[in-house]
Amino acid sequence: MINFKGWVNCRYTIIMFSLFRLLLIVFIALWLTGCDSPADRPVIVEFWAMGQEGEQVKALLPEFERRHPGLRVRTQQIPWSAAHEKLLTAYAGDAMPDVFQLGNTWIPEFVALRAIEPLDERLKGWPVAALNDYFPGILATNRLEGQTWALPWYVDTRLFFYRRDLLAAVGFTEPPATWDDWLQAMARLKTLDGAERYAILLPINEWQLPVILALQHGATLLRDRDQYGDFQHPRFREAFIFYLSLFEQGLAPPVGHAQVANLYQEFANGYFATYVSGPWNIGEFRRRLPTALQGQWMTAPLPEFDSHSASHPPAGQEPRVGASLAGGASLTLSRTSPRQEAAWKLLEYLAEPEQQAQFYQLTGDLPARQSAWNDPALASNRYAQAFRQQLQHVQPTPPIPEWERIASRIAYYAELAVRQEINVDEALAALDRDVDRILEKRRWLLKREASR
Amino acid sequence: MTGFERHVTFSAWAFLAPALLLIGVFFFLPVLAALLLSFTDFDIYALGDLDRLRFIGLDNYRQLLQSSLFWTALGNTFYFVIVGGPLSVAVSLGAALLVNARLIRFPGLFRTAFFLPVVTTLVAVAVVWRYLYHPRYGLLNYGLSLLGVEPIDWLGDPDWAMPAMILMAVWKNFGFNMIIFIAGLQNIPTQLYEAARIDGADAWAQFRHITLPLLGPTFLFVALMTMIGYFQVFAEPYVMTQGGPANRTLSIVLLMYEEGFRWWNMGYASAAAFVLFVLILAGTMLQLKLRRRESL
Repeated sequence: MINFKGWVNCRYTIIMFSLFRLLLIVFIALWLTGCDSPADRPVIVEFWAMGQEGEQVKALLPEFERRHPGLRVRTQQIPWSAAHEKLLTAYAGDAMPDVFQLGNTWIPEFVALRAIEPLDERLKGWPVAALNDYFPGILATNRLEGQTWALPWYVDTRLFFYRRDLLAAVGFTEPPATWDDWLQAMARLKTLDGAERYAILLPINEWQLPVILALQHGATLLRDRDQYGDFQHPRFREAFIFYLSLFEQGLAPPVGHAQVANLYQEFANGYFATYVSGPWNIGEFRRRLPTALQGQWMTAPLPEFDSHSASHPPAGQEPRVGASLAGGASLTLSRTSPRQEAAWKLLEYLAEPEQQAQFYQLTGDLPARQSAWNDPALASNRYAQAFRQQLQHVQPTPPIPEWERIASRIAYYAELAVRQEINVDEALAALDRDVDRILEKRRWLLKREASR
Repeated sequence: MTGFERHVTFSAWAFLAPALLLIGVFFFLPVLAALLLSFTDFDIYALGDLDRLRFIGLDNYRQLLQSSLFWTALGNTFYFVIVGGPLSVAVSLGAALLVNARLIRFPGLFRTAFFLPVVTTLVAVAVVWRYLYHPRYGLLNYGLSLLGVEPIDWLGDPDWAMPAMILMAVWKNFGFNMIIFIAGLQNIPTQLYEAARIDGADAWAQFRHITLPLLGPTFLFVALMTMIGYFQVFAEPYVMTQGGPANRTLSIVLLMYEEGFRWWNMGYASAAAFVLFVLILAGTMLQLKLRRRESL
């Protein structure tokens, strides 16, 4: 049997001693920092940004700190894949940064969480022209419940990337301007010789194209103040059938992202001739496509859906651009930040057209402010011009926190329908049923609010 | 209780206290919290304002049992456990017998080689296997084409995705069980084999009447651990297919992860976790019972 008591006594002394030492260190540290007068110490603004933006934005900050000598910015870079989770955990743990980047489809969620600060009071100091400088469809995604919650930082939307040489080979030297012409071009592309080839790549586990087509058809997706799904509506149905027909006619291969091992290689060897994607692929296509192909690809805005009138626009008239998604990322202030004034200065600084233009040069991200597009570097990027046109025709998805979840259900049922495991009616009915269940909490909240 | 006994009891508790405290704080407390959570509709709204939390009793469980997604995930998980589990154990045993055979040279080399997949990061493995499985450039389909088999879209075809997943999981994991089997095999006294050989038993009879019965406890351990591990399958589908194509590789843990961390439906996800817990518990009890009856 060990001498338990003696052991405890000995331990006790050691513990007391180390506790005392710890206290001493704390006191000394407090005393030392106390000597520093608070006025000398810069205010540190905590800033979280995702992916390469988080890395590149650091280059813009020395100028900000030069202009505001009392402010320092501490940037933390978060990978996109972990960003949503990390922000929510930070919110739950009361460890939010002062300023942070937010994908604009996440804004409704953070508004519902009451995690971000409304900006309208502060925006009153802005000239009207500055707000009008934003792409209107994009700014709309940052407005909710009559308030502006975030400022767009960079924008994205989806449009055609296509092989010019292949399209020319089937008789289209210019990109088709209507869906009818695109269908014709695609049908011809499919018949070109060579190995297995398709006219267009639409990864079947994506929700974006079905939703874009639905928006172009004027479908609202949800109904009654976004409380119920509205996917059996004739307009959505029509768009959905059009989407499925691209697979039924063999124009698009029924494959998901995982089966296209290397997108760029496949685009280069003509496995598919068109692809609907976003601005990040401008840089990727430039970097990854072989040099021989560099002059042979281009971007084009999505055409408008118009089954009623003649498919060709009258001569001399600009081809009409159809709707696409209002994507991108915004910058927001944390509601609980004790340094909101300093944080707002950073937000204003990053919103300046000059900084936006410079940010484009650093990252290739398209600026949210239209005046920044006149910067020579961007004005001379011929791939970006289609985006500029397209960005005038963007529509937001329903501004509710449940949207991403609903979108994933759309992708799921679209995939089942493409694989012909269920038919259109079954898919849309199931979609409505699932979405109604997802929105149950929202209905309860709205009802409760109304009764109060 | 005498003073001495009391003293001893106190010491015992004092020694156990740190471990108990840690287990209590970091295991039992969270499990209890999760159980409570599973009776609420804790979600993104409730995270923002606890006033928007509802106690909904067994609703999460009811919804779970009514959800086709849950049954799909359950079916996939059982598929994975029932096909993958025995296959994995069989391959491990086969590999252990081979590596342990006296005719084999460099057994250390083979042991290491077979164990390597176990310690390799799954993400790296998945990237390589995705290329092996590629319908048009994959090595596997190339090999099959030499035999005149039509190319298979391993990860894209709803019917082939799960077999592909099982194949990879078995390859990745069999090394661990193999090592345990080798240890079990080496514990069997060689005299028994010698005696059997004198009695004229052939290799199969020796395996059937000496190796298998004496491996019993090892077998039980391996079967249980494999079953529990396979029930919790997550990383393979998460990295390889994200549950696709058409949810054919969606497992219960992946469903739980999606509900909990992607959609932040913590209440619902907790309910799924407890259902899985009950399933694993039942599976374990069943195996123990079967084994006990066998040994009687």
